[in-house]
Amino acid sequence: MKIVILGNGISGVTAARFVRKMSNHEIIVISKETDYFFSRTALMYLYMGHMRLKDVQPYETAFWQKNRIQLIRGEVSTIDFHEKILHFDPKFRAQETILGATPSSVSYDKLVLALGSATNKFGWPGQDLDRVQGLYSYQDVESMEKTSQDISRAVIVGGGLIGIEMAEMFHSRHIPVTMLVRESNYWDMVLPPEESKMVGRQIVEHGIDLRLATGLKEIKGNDQGQATGVITNPGDQIDCEFVGLTAGVHPNIRWLKESGIETDRGILVDEYLQSSIKDVYASGDCAQMRTTRAGRRNIEAVWYTGRMMGEVVAHNLCGNQVAYDPGIWFNSAKFFDIEYQVYGQVPVESSEKLETIYWEGDDGEKSIRLIFEKIQKE
Amino acid sequence: MTDQVYPSMSIADPHPPFVDGMQKLSTALGLTGLLMLILAWLNQFSGDSTLVWISLLLITSGTILYAWRQYMPLPEGIKNNGVWFGRLTSRGWLAWATGLVITFFYVCLYWYPGLVGLGAEGQSNTGLVAFFDPISMAIKDKPASQWFVYGVLYTLAILIFGVKFILKYRHNQYQILRTLSVMFFQLCFAFAIPELLDRLNQPSMDFKNMWPLNYYFFFDWNLDKLLSGGNLGLFMLVWGIAMILIISPILTYFYGKRWYCSWVCGCGGLAETAGDPFRHLSDKSLKAWKIERWLIHSVLVFAVIMTIMVIYTYLTGQSQILFLNSYNIREWYGFLIGAAFSGVVGVGFYPLMGSRVWCRFGCPMAAVLGLQQRFFSRFRITTNGGQCISCGNCSTYCEMGIDVRSYAQRGQNIVRASCVGCGICAAVCPRGVLRLENGTVDIKERTTAVRNIHVPVGEVKILS
Repeated sequence: MKIVILGNGISGVTAARFVRKMSNHEIIVISKETDYFFSRTALMYLYMGHMRLKDVQPYETAFWQKNRIQLIRGEVSTIDFHEKILHFDPKFRAQETILGATPSSVSYDKLVLALGSATNKFGWPGQDLDRVQGLYSYQDVESMEKTSQDISRAVIVGGGLIGIEMAEMFHSRHIPVTMLVRESNYWDMVLPPEESKMVGRQIVEHGIDLRLATGLKEIKGNDQGQATGVITNPGDQIDCEFVGLTAGVHPNIRWLKESGIETDRGILVDEYLQSSIKDVYASGDCAQMRTTRAGRRNIEAVWYTGRMMGEVVAHNLCGNQVAYDPGIWFNSAKFFDIEYQVYGQVPVESSEKLETIYWEGDDGEKSIRLIFEKIQKE
Repeated sequence: MTDQVYPSMSIADPHPPFVDGMQKLSTALGLTGLLMLILAWLNQFSGDSTLVWISLLLITSGTILYAWRQYMPLPEGIKNNGVWFGRLTSRGWLAWATGLVITFFYVCLYWYPGLVGLGAEGQSNTGLVAFFDPISMAIKDKPASQWFVYGVLYTLAILIFGVKFILKYRHNQYQILRTLSVMFFQLCFAFAIPELLDRLNQPSMDFKNMWPLNYYFFFDWNLDKLLSGGNLGLFMLVWGIAMILIISPILTYFYGKRWYCSWVCGCGGLAETAGDPFRHLSDKSLKAWKIERWLIHSVLVFAVIMTIMVIYTYLTGQSQILFLNSYNIREWYGFLIGAAFSGVVGVGFYPLMGSRVWCRFGCPMAAVLGLQQRFFSRFRITTNGGQCISCGNCSTYCEMGIDVRSYAQRGQNIVRASCVGCGICAAVCPRGVLRLENGTVDIKERTTAVRNIHVPVGEVKILS
């Protein structure tokens, strides 16, 4: 059997690895982004000089050959689900590749779509100017590298995990940063107020110009089509030569909308991660669960769910029916020097049913929160 | 609409550009001290016994002031910004130049001590060695040797870069304690005690330096020295044998080889302090791991055979064993392993191959402790695999070239012979995945792939 996996991120590569562990099927992994799998969550460290591309690649190059996983660098433009053929865009040229020429098409017996995400844009005027970008792909970091030479300020729009990463990246290169956060506290739709304020203090302590309750109205540009500043929602003008759009991501599936596969925000899948088309699976950021599990969302663009889904897909590809069950919610992040971990549901607001214990260190940089159900005493 | 321009608010500038007065001053101080050493080497200073103290003081104050300015204004946390961009830290020209200078210095020390000024056969010292005579006279009432110069500079390096390391990792208690420990053992055990014993005309010994790292422990001249050294000499002989046979296996069983390699050892001490800026240069490839296993165990076998032959010769008086001559073997060991590998390559190549080249590929002591750690120790690094994002910081900053990530992303315990337990992988992990542990609860499963329970129910205490 010939298994083709579209996307060499954590989900696609995990699927490939587990298929190889369980079978001798032919495996092809396709990517337009990079020759080899790398840790997307570590992209920030490339720009900051903590690591090189080689260091963020979890497997040595010999790994792929040894495990008989064929890699193709190319951009798939259309998928013929009926004939089971992927067609490549002949115009696509990878800047640097050692994988050789892209074929014009590849057929499959079973297909895994592990397409990842794309940066959200909300129709802001000027959002498609030069020097305006998100942070998701390797190309995004390359373009940050190119456009951020000798700039006097960067403005980052959005108060989430990628926004703070971008702020940290610029900060590591002495580039002044202004962060526009629409909410009244950093990430306060996820963090309870105490934690949210703690992270806010951390951002300011690191010298970031944090503007809370401030949205983006417009991005200004010059004659060359480059961004030169922003106008915020209260109406302040901030001059800058780089605008980071970090207001979340969405499944990277727009190009599949007309292909016949059933989609909503993501590719709709059942609990076996099978799409509406036979022999086609979706995994990772781009998959949307038809039935949402309790305590979880139906699209979760986080590292470990991508990994778990990849493993589940591999089992189903190899004929073991395994349902996707990520267990309770957990996650982690690092906000400058504050490490954050969460296990289970942590509601932002207090509720009747739940009790919470919150401890914060005297330095205001450490805290623990425990949440539990109230028991009525008779 | 306001038209406000915000200046950089970066009070926490991660790598302040070189404009600060304190930086310039401290660099000038340190370089002046170094320049004095070079001038002394070239015989430009002689006679003035205060100059050497001034030189060392300048180097010390320059280094510590610079480190203070670099780290103290910043919030506590990991400081790896720009590591792969630096000329010194990413094998740029400065790294090559530094490597060459250190290598040259070592070559002189081992094979051409006359070049650094050691007086030949009863003649008085010149150059760099003479420059250190006043210190040597003050400590042990004898003129300096090239090894005295080396000892002073080595100890000074561990002390001043130890201070720098502590400032850099001041948020991390484990790093602070460990560094204070290597500083203490270098200053007292490796330097002060042996020199003072020498002054008192007693047999001198570095009590923490054990065979086979101390490969000459069983050489005839050392045994003779200890056996003729009265009660103290006898104690040293017993202590040296007890260290390798009893004390070190017990400590390694409880704490892993880290008790020695990154808390006590002088080679490790220099690697952890002066070598810290180069830790990421270690090779992480599977091939390097393979070379490591072959090389380090070959050196161990070499050391064991050489020692057996030396003891045989000592007991029987026969130096010819089969086709081998024990004196020749011992000379070759001293030249190849004792000098070339541990000294010239071990330290000279810091800026090119990372700080633990010797510890990883060559040290027979590390090989012995590593075998104990691998098969008979409580120590391991546990991993919370669910939270691992495979970023690679742990592997990159592992000075021993262990691919920590390959274990962490599978949630597997790390039990590796080479791990010196420095704890930097756990420090640089952005997600709190790694933990150095000595627990016994699940000791039998410490190398199995899937394992989740870290805390036994009995150890959980409900407060009030």
